[in-house]
Formats: sequence, structure tokens, C-alpha cells
Amino acid sequence: MTTPPQPLTAKDVAKVGLLARLALSESDLERMTGELSKIVGFVSMLGEVDTSDVAPLAHPLDTQNVFRDDVPAASLSTAEALQSAPRHDGACFLVPAVLGDSGAA
Amino acid sequence: MQPLEMSAVDLVAALRQGDITAVQCTTVFLDRIEATNGTINAFLTVDREGSLVRAADIDARRKAGKPLGALAGLPVALKDVLCTNDMPTTCASKMLKGFRPPYDADVVARLRQADAVFVGKTNMDEFAMGGSNENSAFGPVRNPWDLSRAPGGSSGGSAACVAADMAPVAIGSDTGGSIRQPAGLCGITGLKPTYGRVSRRGLVAFASSLDQIGPMARSAADCALIMETIAGHDPGDSTSLSVDVPRYTDLLDKPLSGVRIGRVPEHYAEGLDPEVAKGVEEAFAVLKAAGATVHDVQLPHAKYGIPTYYLIAPCEASSNLARYDGAHYGHRAEPGGHAKKAGGFESPLVEMYCRSRAEGFGPEVKRRIMLGTYALSAGYYDAYYAKALRVRRLIRQDYLDAFQSVDLVGGPVSATPAFKLGEKTDDPLAMYLVDLYTVGTNLAGVGGISFPCGFTKSGLPIGFQLQAPPLAEPLLLQAADRFQRLTDWHRRRPKAAGEVKA
Amino acid sequence: MSTAAPYTTIIGLEVHVQLMTRTKLFCGCSTKFGGAPNTQVCPTCLGLPGSLPVMNRQAFDLALRAALALDCTIAPFTKWDRKNYFYPDLPKGYQISQFDLPFSSDGTLEVVDPKGAFEPRRVGIIRVHLEEDAGKSMHDEAAGTGDTRIDLNRAGTPLCEIVTQPDLRSPQESRAWLNELKLLLVYLGVSDCNMQEGSLRVDANVNLHIPQADGRVAKTPIVEIKNMNSFRSVERALVYEAARQWEEWQATKAEMGKTPKQTRGWDDPAGITRAQRHKEESSDYRYFPEPDLVPVTVTAEQIASIRGEMREPPVSLRKSLASKWTISAYDADVLVNQGRELVDYFEDLATRVGEGKVASNWMQQDVLRILNDTNSTVTAFPIRPAGLADLIGRVVKGDFDTSRGREIFAEMVTSGRPVDEVVASMGISAVSDDDVLALCRELLAANPKIVADVKSGKEQAAAGLIGQAKKKNPNVNPGKVRATCIDLIRAME
Repeated sequence: MTTPPQPLTAKDVAKVGLLARLALSESDLERMTGELSKIVGFVSMLGEVDTSDVAPLAHPLDTQNVFRDDVPAASLSTAEALQSAPRHDGACFLVPAVLGDSGAA
Repeated sequence: MQPLEMSAVDLVAALRQGDITAVQCTTVFLDRIEATNGTINAFLTVDREGSLVRAADIDARRKAGKPLGALAGLPVALKDVLCTNDMPTTCASKMLKGFRPPYDADVVARLRQADAVFVGKTNMDEFAMGGSNENSAFGPVRNPWDLSRAPGGSSGGSAACVAADMAPVAIGSDTGGSIRQPAGLCGITGLKPTYGRVSRRGLVAFASSLDQIGPMARSAADCALIMETIAGHDPGDSTSLSVDVPRYTDLLDKPLSGVRIGRVPEHYAEGLDPEVAKGVEEAFAVLKAAGATVHDVQLPHAKYGIPTYYLIAPCEASSNLARYDGAHYGHRAEPGGHAKKAGGFESPLVEMYCRSRAEGFGPEVKRRIMLGTYALSAGYYDAYYAKALRVRRLIRQDYLDAFQSVDLVGGPVSATPAFKLGEKTDDPLAMYLVDLYTVGTNLAGVGGISFPCGFTKSGLPIGFQLQAPPLAEPLLLQAADRFQRLTDWHRRRPKAAGEVKA
Repeated sequence: MSTAAPYTTIIGLEVHVQLMTRTKLFCGCSTKFGGAPNTQVCPTCLGLPGSLPVMNRQAFDLALRAALALDCTIAPFTKWDRKNYFYPDLPKGYQISQFDLPFSSDGTLEVVDPKGAFEPRRVGIIRVHLEEDAGKSMHDEAAGTGDTRIDLNRAGTPLCEIVTQPDLRSPQESRAWLNELKLLLVYLGVSDCNMQEGSLRVDANVNLHIPQADGRVAKTPIVEIKNMNSFRSVERALVYEAARQWEEWQATKAEMGKTPKQTRGWDDPAGITRAQRHKEESSDYRYFPEPDLVPVTVTAEQIASIRGEMREPPVSLRKSLASKWTISAYDADVLVNQGRELVDYFEDLATRVGEGKVASNWMQQDVLRILNDTNSTVTAFPIRPAGLADLIGRVVKGDFDTSRGREIFAEMVTSGRPVDEVVASMGISAVSDDDVLALCRELLAANPKIVADVKSGKEQAAAGLIGQAKKKNPNVNPGKVRATCIDLIRAME
């Protein structure tokens, strides 16, 4: 493992909160900083394990090449698609203004 | 015998023979739920009307001599993490309060096809994150054996409802022990199948490479019956195994003679409750008496299971739970100016996201999202996520090595019997350790079963766990069933539950 | 590039191409363009809780075809990753894409300008990978006030992402290269590359290399340009951006690495690029392996089989067409650039006519002119190769002269009728050799001066007979009249 982790700062946690899109109040931030530092400290015990010759295992399955045929299947009706939308206009989902550029890749 | 006390196997037979109608059977369980749920809080949704309509339809079809499914008329409770197109699916989260999926999970569709009757959706830790069921947005579940104690989690409602005779069978999901641990703490039988054995389609994802659905019932034989319906290949789940489903119930009669069971000495390290250790040792003795042999095996990396799990599961969860952002479904925060004035958000959209998620998720879910987001973020990926994946390979290899010399690995499910409600809620790490004996199974992708092997002096169930190589569910069920033919721990009913009638 | 400029423009492109599948990458919803909003959606592409993806085989095969055509190395083992970011047209909160193990890498596509406007340019392909598209966000015009409307019909559409090395050296060259890429992908049936429908989208990375007095080369910060909706706007945006960077360099001397990579949006009506807000956290995509999909392996046999099914790509088709039909490289280029259907038409026509050059001339001068004028395609062209070959054959034989042939051609296009009917309806009748002979004798008798001139060696004097011949019989072939008259005059000697 690389260098042991430094304890998290409130600034780190605020940055993670924005990445995760979780609004954190000042007291949330303080509590979360303490809890995450403790947990990160705990999981860092993996540093004891020599994994220099070990490849990551992301998935327990050894399966490969699972495909479907390019055959159309039934779609939902627009009403079904929108049935749980907090806001919609009968055709589209409505969300607050995005402002600025598109984040699409 | 009263339906409440009958096994699922016997109930299905009684229904088939016409000894009892589906409406009668369903009514008995609905009444029991009505009488006890106020205390136990095992169900988030009870579908009295729908289940009785369905039961009446099954009775009518039976009367008309039409073909019926393998579970015709059997009441089944579904963990509220499984999508149902006729009942809400909330994952016990404010985020999905009242959410109605427009489709059924594959297991739900299979159970419907088999003519099971869904009595309702069971309580759980929010998004299946937790080991006590105290992380539900809709209140904790109480352990039927001692109402001051937790039933375990995350499938706490499913475990408690079976223990309290509110349903003969419940479906749970297990990401790090969420079927086996509550089954152990509630004195019932729970099977976590091999990864890929049961389709995950329609199971609201917590950690996709670890999640697996399984049956929770009073006995291994009942679990075997349910597995015949819910297991099998689903072309809609790329990770579903394309392997034939055995007739699990037919394989139960094979004797255990010659079956080699591994015992892990490390399991008995500090922290294991002496009464649990004693119960587990006695269980080994019973299995030996049934013809199995017991051998010590090593799982050298077992102690790294918890830190490995608490990196991989939160990383996947942080991504799986990104979709709950208030845009297309689920909770959306009402527009409000305070946060913006506080200088926070770059756009009304980002404010909506951040506040919806802050309001919709409970503390443990947020903690795991934060942990996973952090561990995947630039500069930390290799040190945390990738490192955990490497250790995961070592853990899986430990199991594969052990299964070279033994057919099953046995041991405790949990280090202690059911703990008090509130006992661990202030210490997230202490709560994480309740999964100590169960996470390895998920990390390795193998199967495990948990069943009662005794009681503490104070009357709490003790669970025994068996783990098996990939797809060896027949052997798990066979060993657990053999154990249950020789013992009656699984037949004991909690007094507390009997006393809580309204 | 431009020899006048005191810098070199360095351009790399990132192209997203929609694959021609019937259904989306991970679910059975239709990919058809133009449906009413949210009518081509299901739990999977809506990102509903519990939904799972299953890979479309056709999408993978088409992507493989594209990569092979771009001369890429195909990875024997590939997997998908999640690219995590929040945006309302991305309902799962992550895009399923490929990060560290794309299915192909290290390819190349050359672009040659037949008119020699730039040197042939071999452009390296860093990688080609397969990913899903996002949905569509429709923003309120009064930005910041209204709601954004989200249509997820497009979400989950299969895309090939093609990333080039920074090998292009001018806006013009970049546009030509994009045309070549589009032609290739359309030839192979990988994509329709329709930019209006969003089937092909381009982002460009551009900066300047500026030689310094001390021999060092200064490099301006790389700018990524987005929102270009045609190849023409790509060219214009790059021209603008190079000039803008040059001005900025002169003012600031800011070099690459000292400022973060900037994203600028192309404003087509205004003809300028505008800086887009840079978000510090926006590039932390937290990629990790997609646990809901399994990896894909590709064998040498599969690659061979896909190669075997692939049609000839434009680059070799140009060469083979030129040598097979003995037409010029330029003509072959024009034909090939019109697309596979036009080449098929040409080859059918040339086979029937028996002479490539003649068929090519008719294609270039007549067929293509009509197609361009009517903004139509050869598949919709009313004259099929057999009919056109009939007409050309009769012109070659001398039944009509070329201008008469063109009139017939025009009438065939308008009426859709065959040569014979058009000839009949226009009152054109073929003139027999005997009729020509009789006519010529009559003309010679009436024009002794011309006869004398020709006799004295001024053959061009025979031209004076043509106009008279046409007056007497508009259907005669002037060339034939001329030749016959000269023959008759020589026979008098």
C-alpha cells in the first residue's frame, strides 16, 4: 500500500459532499469528518496485506460475453415513465434550471 | 395443525389437497400480521385486499381444475428492496417513500408465476445498509424473541416476520450477511445463494458485485422449496448464471456420511460470545453424529473481510445510489433559499440535488455514500478501492483453497446473540463488525446458509453458518436439513411474539 | 499549415458516432430518431431502481467493424466502467463507458486531398470505445429562470467514441478528415453519421506551437471546443480559435500546463468560441468497473469473420475503381465520396456501357448535377443504370449527338420514361445513313463555295453546312453530317 492516509479534514469532506451531491450542514460536516476519519483509519489496515503480486478482483463471476440480440422490446408508456416524477409536464421530466454548460460526455 | 405453525412444504401440500383454501390460509396470516405488526414493525406495506383477491383467484382456478403453480396459495413476504408493480417499493427510505415501480423484479415475477400470495413488503435497513434494522426510515423492527432487541439486518423485517409467524416464508437479500445474520438472530433459516444463482433484476442495488437474493423460512426444506421457484437464469441480468436449477427438495434425503466440514480456528478468537461458541461446537457434534467429518481449515485473510467489504460495498453503493437525485423519481427537496444564500450551490439544479439527497437519505446511507465517493475519488482509488479488490482476490482464493480439502465450512453467523436496540447505533464501526463471519461469503461469491443451533440461557437464538463452493446449494440445504431432522431448535417459537397480540 | 502564420495549429478530435442498431445499447427500446418525448424508454434506460443492462450484440459488432476499419488493434479482453457524474439527462448518475481497457486502440485514418490543398495526413487514432449516450436536456431560453425539460428517448443509445492523436495541422484538414471518417463509417454501415439527428458529434482539442527565438517551441494551453453542429462549423471554430489563441499568446504569453485545460463552446451565429465555466470537481468521474456487466473477449477468428463481411473501405475503393475502369484518380475520388450507392450505380452503368471513362463522364456531368440540383440521392434517381446505359449506347453509336442526348436525359429524369418513349414523345427519330447521305448531297449541290474551300484544304469550312443540315432535319447528328460531307467532297477529286 502507498503512504498511510492522513486524517480527513473538513475541507476534504466538504469536497466529497459536493461530489456526492449531499448538502452537509456545519454540524454534519464536523460529525462526518470524525466518523469518516475513524472508518478510513480502520479500513487502512488492508495496508498490512502484501498484494504486490495480486490482481484486483472486481467481480466474483468468471463469466464473459453475455449479449442480447438487437431485437426491440416493449417500452413503457410516457405516463408510466413519468408516474413517479416529482415534476413533469406530461411529456418531459422537469428539473430546476441547469445553468451553464452541459455535462454530457 | 394450525396454518401459522405449518412449514411452507406442508402448507403447499395442504393447499393442494384442499385441506385449506388459499383465502383461509392468507386470512390467517393477515390476521396474525394485523395483531403483531404494531409491535414488531416487520411490514412496511400489508396488501390485505390484493392478497385476498389473489388467493380467491387461486381457489377458483383450483376448483375449476386449472393448472396451478408450485407454490399456489402460499403466503410470501417480500423485502421492500424488491420491485413490485402492485405495491410500493421504498427500501425503507424516505427517498423512495410511496415509490411504485412500473415493473416486477424477476424473483417477484417467478413467485407470481408460481401462484404465491404476497402478503406485503417487509421492513429493512435503509437501502439494505445495516446489521440491526435500526436504519429504517420507518422505525426499527423488534426481535420477536426479545422486543428490546434488534432482529439483525438488513433483512430484519423478513427474519422477524417468519420468526413471529406472520408469514411462512420471506424473501431477503444478502450483501454482507443481510439474510444470514438476521436469520441467526431471529432463530430462522436463511440461504444466501451463490452469486448469480438468483437474478438481481428488480432488486434495488446496494453493492452489485455482492448482492444476492435468497429465501428465509423456518427450515432448510422450506428454503429448498422456494429456491426451486426463484433460482434460474434470467437473460435480463448479465450476471445471472446460465446453469440448470436442481430439484433441491429431492436432494435433501441424501445422507451426510463422508461430507467433510471445515472448522476455522480463527473464528474462536476474542469477541466470540462463549454461549455462541458452545452452541456452534454442539452443532459440529450433531453434524458429526449425522456422518460428516470435521476438519480444521484456514481462511488466512478472513480478518480483512470487514475492511475489504467496507470499501467495496460503499464504493459500488455510492454509484448505485447516485440515481436518487430527485430528478426522475423519489424525494425532491422543495426550493428554498437558505442554502443558496449560505453561498453553497452553483445552480438551482445542484441545490435541488444536494438538498434532496440530504433530506431523503438517512445517516448510515450518507456515511457509506461519502465513504465510497471518497475511496473512488482521484488520488485515493489505488490506495482504497483497488487495494480492496486485490485483498478480495486473496479472500476468494482462501475459500477456493479450503474447498480443496473440505466440502463445507462451518462456524458462527454472528459473534453475539441479538443485541439491544440502540446498543450500537452511536458507533458505526461497532455495527460494521457484526458482519465479521458473513462478508467473506459475499466477497468470494459463494453460498451460505444460517440456521438455529441452540439458545442462550436468556432465551435468544444462536445461529450456525455453513458456507459452500459455488453452486453447492444442494449440499448446504441437505446438511442444514439433516441437522434439522436431528434437532428441534428451528421448531421453537418465540414467546414474546405470542404475547404481542393486540 | 498556412505558411504565413508564425505558429503551427495542433488539433486532435473526439468524435461520437451513433451506431446503426435497432435498439439501445443495454435495453430493447428503439433508437429511432424523432419520437415524442419519453416514448422510447423502459426501466433500464430510465435508470429505475433495480434495473440492469444487457449488452446489444449488434452494437458491439458494429463498433468492432469501425475499429477494424480504422486499423485499430482489438483488445482480446475488454470491460465496461462507470463514469460517475450528476446530470439530469443521465438518469443513473453514471454513464456506462470504457476507461482503462477499451476494446480497441492505436489505429489510423489517412486523409488525402485530391486537389493537393494539403499534404496527405495520416491521423493516429488513440482509441475507439463503446459507450451509451445521455438523454436530451431542453433548457429554457431565459437561462436560469425556467425549468429544464428532460427527454430520455436518446438515453442509452449506443455510441462509438473515436479519439485521435493531435495529428491534424489545420482547420481545413480537420474538416476533410472528418469527411473521410464519415464516409468510411457510412460505407461500412456502422452509422448514418447524420449530424442533424445527432448521430455524429465532434469535439476538438486545439492549441498552438510557436517557435521561439531561442529555438524552444512554446505551446499555448489546450482548449476543448464543444457545440459544433456541422463540419463547416468545426472548420470555422478552429479558424477562430487558432486566431484567438494567437492573440491571447501575444497578450499573455501563457503556456500549457500553467493554466488548466479550458472548455469553450462554439457560438455558430456569432462565429466565436466562448469560455465555459470550469468546475473543479467536474472531472473527478470516479471510474470503476461496471459490476452489472461481464467482460467481453474477442478472438482472432471473430475478427477475421468480421473483416470478411466488411465491404471495401473508400481509401482502397478509390484506387481499385480508378484502375478497374481506367478513370482518373480525381474522378474516382468524386464518385467514391458520393457514397457506396453511387459507386454501385456507376459500376453497374460502366459494365453495361462497356467503357468506364464514358460512364464516369455521364455520372459526373449529368447524374451528379441533377442530384446536386435536386438535393437528392442516387437511390431515388429516376433513371436506373440500364436505362441510362441504353441512352449512352445510342449516343456513342451516333443515333443522337451529345446535346440531343442531354435533352433526352433531362426528359427521362422528369418523366421517368425510357429512351424510346422519350424519343417518340419528343418527335425525335433516328436518322438513317441513307437519309444523311441524301441530305449531304443536297447540301453540297447548294454550296459550291464550301465544296471548293474544303477541296483546297480548309476542312473547317464544312462547319457552314452543319447549321443548314440542322434546319432541314433537326435530328441529324452534326458530326456525322460533317464527316459524310468531307468524304463526299474527297470522293469528287
